[in-house]
Amino acid sequence: MSASARQVIVIGGGLGGLWATLALAEAGHRVMLFSLFEVMRSHSACAQGGINAVLDMKGQHDSVQQHIVDTIKGGSYLANQPPIQSMCEDAPGLIRTFERMGVTFSRTPEGLLDQRLFGGVKHKRTCFAGASTGQQLLYGVDQQVRRLETEGKVEKQEWWEFLSIVKDVDGVCRGIVAMDLRSLEVRAFRADAVVLASGGLGQIYAPKTTCSTNSTGAAASRVYQQGARFANAEFFQFHPTAMLGEDKTRLMTEAARGEGGRVWVPKDPGDRREPLRIPESERFYFLEDWYPSYGNTVPRDIAARAIWKVTRELGLGVGGADAGESRDRVYLDLTHLDRNFVSTRLGAILSIYRKFAGQDPLETPMEIFPAAHYAMGGLWVDYEKDPTRGGMKAGSPRNHATNIPGLYACGECDYAYHGANRLGANSLLSASYSGRVAGEAVASYLSGLEQGAEAAPAALFETESRRQADLNQQFSRPRGDQNPFRLHRELGALMTTQVGVVRDNAELDAALSSLRELEQRFERLDLSESSRWANQSLAHARQVFDMVKLAQVMAASARARDECRGAHFKPAFDLAIPQGKFPGDPEFEAYRERWKANNADWLKTTVAEYHPDGPRIAFEPVDLGLLAPEQPRDYR
Amino acid sequence: MHAEANRQTVELRIRRQDRPNAAPYWQSFVLEARAGANVVSLLMDLREHCVTKDGERVDPVAFEHNCMEEVCGACAMLINGLPRPACSALIAELEAPIRLEPLPKFPVVRDLMVDRARMFEHLKQVKAWVRIDGAWDNHERAPRISPQDWAANYLYSRCMSCGCCMAACPQVGSDQAFVGPAPLAQVRLMNAHPTGRYDKTERLHAIMAEGGLSDCGNAQNCVRVCPKAIPLTTAIGELGRQTTLQALKDLFGND
Repeated sequence: MSASARQVIVIGGGLGGLWATLALAEAGHRVMLFSLFEVMRSHSACAQGGINAVLDMKGQHDSVQQHIVDTIKGGSYLANQPPIQSMCEDAPGLIRTFERMGVTFSRTPEGLLDQRLFGGVKHKRTCFAGASTGQQLLYGVDQQVRRLETEGKVEKQEWWEFLSIVKDVDGVCRGIVAMDLRSLEVRAFRADAVVLASGGLGQIYAPKTTCSTNSTGAAASRVYQQGARFANAEFFQFHPTAMLGEDKTRLMTEAARGEGGRVWVPKDPGDRREPLRIPESERFYFLEDWYPSYGNTVPRDIAARAIWKVTRELGLGVGGADAGESRDRVYLDLTHLDRNFVSTRLGAILSIYRKFAGQDPLETPMEIFPAAHYAMGGLWVDYEKDPTRGGMKAGSPRNHATNIPGLYACGECDYAYHGANRLGANSLLSASYSGRVAGEAVASYLSGLEQGAEAAPAALFETESRRQADLNQQFSRPRGDQNPFRLHRELGALMTTQVGVVRDNAELDAALSSLRELEQRFERLDLSESSRWANQSLAHARQVFDMVKLAQVMAASARARDECRGAHFKPAFDLAIPQGKFPGDPEFEAYRERWKANNADWLKTTVAEYHPDGPRIAFEPVDLGLLAPEQPRDYR
Repeated sequence: MHAEANRQTVELRIRRQDRPNAAPYWQSFVLEARAGANVVSLLMDLREHCVTKDGERVDPVAFEHNCMEEVCGACAMLINGLPRPACSALIAELEAPIRLEPLPKFPVVRDLMVDRARMFEHLKQVKAWVRIDGAWDNHERAPRISPQDWAANYLYSRCMSCGCCMAACPQVGSDQAFVGPAPLAQVRLMNAHPTGRYDKTERLHAIMAEGGLSDCGNAQNCVRVCPKAIPLTTAIGELGRQTTLQALKDLFGND
C-alpha cells in the first residue's frame, strides 16, 4: 500500500459496488465494502438475459454508433449523450475483461462468444450466460474481490446497514454511519470518499415487483434527505413479462422474446380452451400486429403499455372480463421453438417457472403481466465531457460525483444512462461500467485531496452516530398501532395503482397526499419486536420510512411532468403517432412538429432536492450533442 | 395458481433461538397460506402478526431472504428435515405440520438465520478465482471454450453458496476442517478454465492438505440436496483423478 493510499467506503456489493471496489483497490486504495448481506446475494444475481456490447458476431454489420443511437432513442432522448457514448464504446472491453475473469458466457459452435437479440434493437448484440447472466457476471467480480480480500486490499463489512453520510462544515463527505444488523451497534466510519452502489428501489412497489426484497432504495433516499439531488425519479420501468404471483412477480427475461417467444391472447376473451388447443387463426399476437417492424421485441415501455391496453382497456386478458383480477395476464409462448435450443439458452427461467408456477413452459405458454422492475431515475451524478472525443473524459473526478463533494454514486442508484426507458441488457452494462468509472473518478478525486478524513473533528462523527442511535430508539419505542410490514404493503399497493404504468394528475395528487399520510403514520409505529439482537423489524421499519420519502420524490416528479416520455405515460398529454402514417406523410410530419414542440418544453432532466415540506422539483437541460432529437421513436 | 383459488390453513413448527449461544426452543404457528405460497412468503405474512398457536404474541421470526426465486442462496434452511431454499419450498407440496430449523453445520445467528462465513473462507482457501492481471481491458480475449466444455462448466458456475450441500454432508462440521462440496466444485470449475488452469497446482495442493478432498466420505448427500442439481460428486470424482496425478507429479517432478 503506497503512502498516498486513502480509505474509501463502497456501499453495496452488486455489480456496481464490486466494480468500483476493484478499480479502487487496483489504484492502490484501501476499500471497505459495506453490504446488508454476503455480497454475492445482491440483486445483480437476478438479471437473466444478458449484457449488451457491440462485437458484431452475427454478420449483421452492427456498430458502436448504432448501440449509442438505440440507447438514446430507447430512452426517448432524455439521457445525457456523452455518458452513453462512453459506455457503448467501452462495452466490448468490459466483456473481454469479464471473459478473462472466467465468466461462463454462452458459446458459438466455434467456441466464441454467442450473442442474441434483445428489445428495441435490430442487431444481435447481447452476450449471455444461459439465462443467468447477472449471476454469472456478479460471481466473476465477486471472485476477484475475494482474491483482493486475501491480499489485504479490501475489507468487507457484511451485515452492516448504511444509515447516513457524515459531512464536515464545508459539506464534504468524510465518512458514514452504519448499523451492525446483528448487534444493532451504530457506528461511524471515516472515509476519504464514499461510493454509493446501493441498487434499485422496486420494493417501493412490492409485492408487484421483480426486485429482491433488499432493493428498497433506502440508502439512496437517505443521502437524498441529506442533500444529494435525485434525478428523473418519475421514470420507472415496468417489465412487460413477469410471472403472476402474490409474494413476488418473478421475471421472465426479455431474451425469451429475443429468442423467438411470442406474446398473445385468445381473440375471444371468453375462450376457455387450453392455450395450445386454440388455433393460430384465433390468437391475437398484438405486439406483432401493432408493431410489425420490431414485433415481440419492442422496448419495454411499449410492450408493457400494449399488455396494459389489451387487458385493461380492450378486456382481452386471458379469461376475459369476468376473470376478475386474473384478467391481468397474457401468454408468453415458447412452445413452438426447438426444445433443446430453449433449454440451453433459457434454462434458468424454465426452472423458475416450473418451480413456482408448477407448469412447464416447453409444454404450455407462460402467463405473464407487467411488474415494477428498474429505476431509470436515481441520484444525480455529474460527468466531464471530453472536448475532443465527445464522450466522458476518462479519469475525471467529476464523473459519477453527486452534488455532495466526496460522495459518488454508480449502478442502478444513479440516473445516468437510460433516460426515460432502459433497453434490455443495458443494465448489466451500465452497472458494471459505471462502477468502474466511479472507482476511477474517486481515485482522481483522492489524488487531488489535500486533507483526508483523518483531519475531520471527532465531534462530527459522534454527532451523526448519536442522531442515528436516537432515531433507532425513536423507531423502537411502541407508539401506537402501526406495523412496519403492513405500512410497506400499503406503500406498494398505493404506488402500484397510482404511480404505475399509466398516470393521471388527479391520481398523482391523491398519491402525494396518501404518501404524506403514510409518513405521518410512523408517529404511531409499533415494531412488535423488542429484541436487541438481529432485530429485523427495526431495520425494515427504517427502510420503509425512507422508501416513503423516496416514493414522494417519484410521485412529485411524475406530477411535475405533463407529457408522455418513455416509461412515464400520462394519457391526457399523449401525442400519439397517427395510425398508418409514416415519415413523409403530411400527418406524420405534422406529428413530428408537435413532437418537437413538446420536446422544446419537456426534454429536460427532472431534479429533486430535499425539503422538509416535500421535494422541490427543478429541471436542467440534457446534452444532445451527439444525436439531435429529429426522429420520434417509432417501432411500428 | 390463480389468486382467488383455494387457501389452506397450515401449521408451522419453528425452532427458534434468540441469540448465538442461547438455548433453542420450539414454537408453533397456525396461519392461512395463499395459493402458491412458499415458506418465505409464509414467514413474511407471519411477521405482520406473530402470534403462536397458543395465542401468545411473540417477536417475529428472524430469517433471511432476498431474491425469492432461488438464485441468491440466502434463504436456505432445514424444512421438514431437508436442507433447501425456503423460497422454492411450496406449501402445497410440503407435509404438515411444516418443521423449520436453521441450516445445520453453521452457527445460528438468530432463529432461522445462520452465519455462512465459513463457506466464503473455504472459497479463499481453495483459491476459487481466475487470477487476472487486473480488471482493465488489455485488448485480449480469453481463449475459446467449446460449447461442450461450456455446458459442463456452466453447471458449476450456478452454485449460489446456499450451503445446502454443506448442511447435508456428514463430513462437514463446526469442529471439522473439511472444506465441503461447494468449494470443491469451484476448484473443478476454475481448473477447467483455459487460464484458470495456470493455478491448478496451487488449488490441488490446497485440497490435498488437511480438510481437503480426502475428507469426503462419499455419502453423496450433497448431490441429492443441491437445489441447482450441480453434479457435485462428479466434480469430486474428477478432482480425485486430478489430485492423484498431482501427487505423482509432486513425487517425480513436473514433466
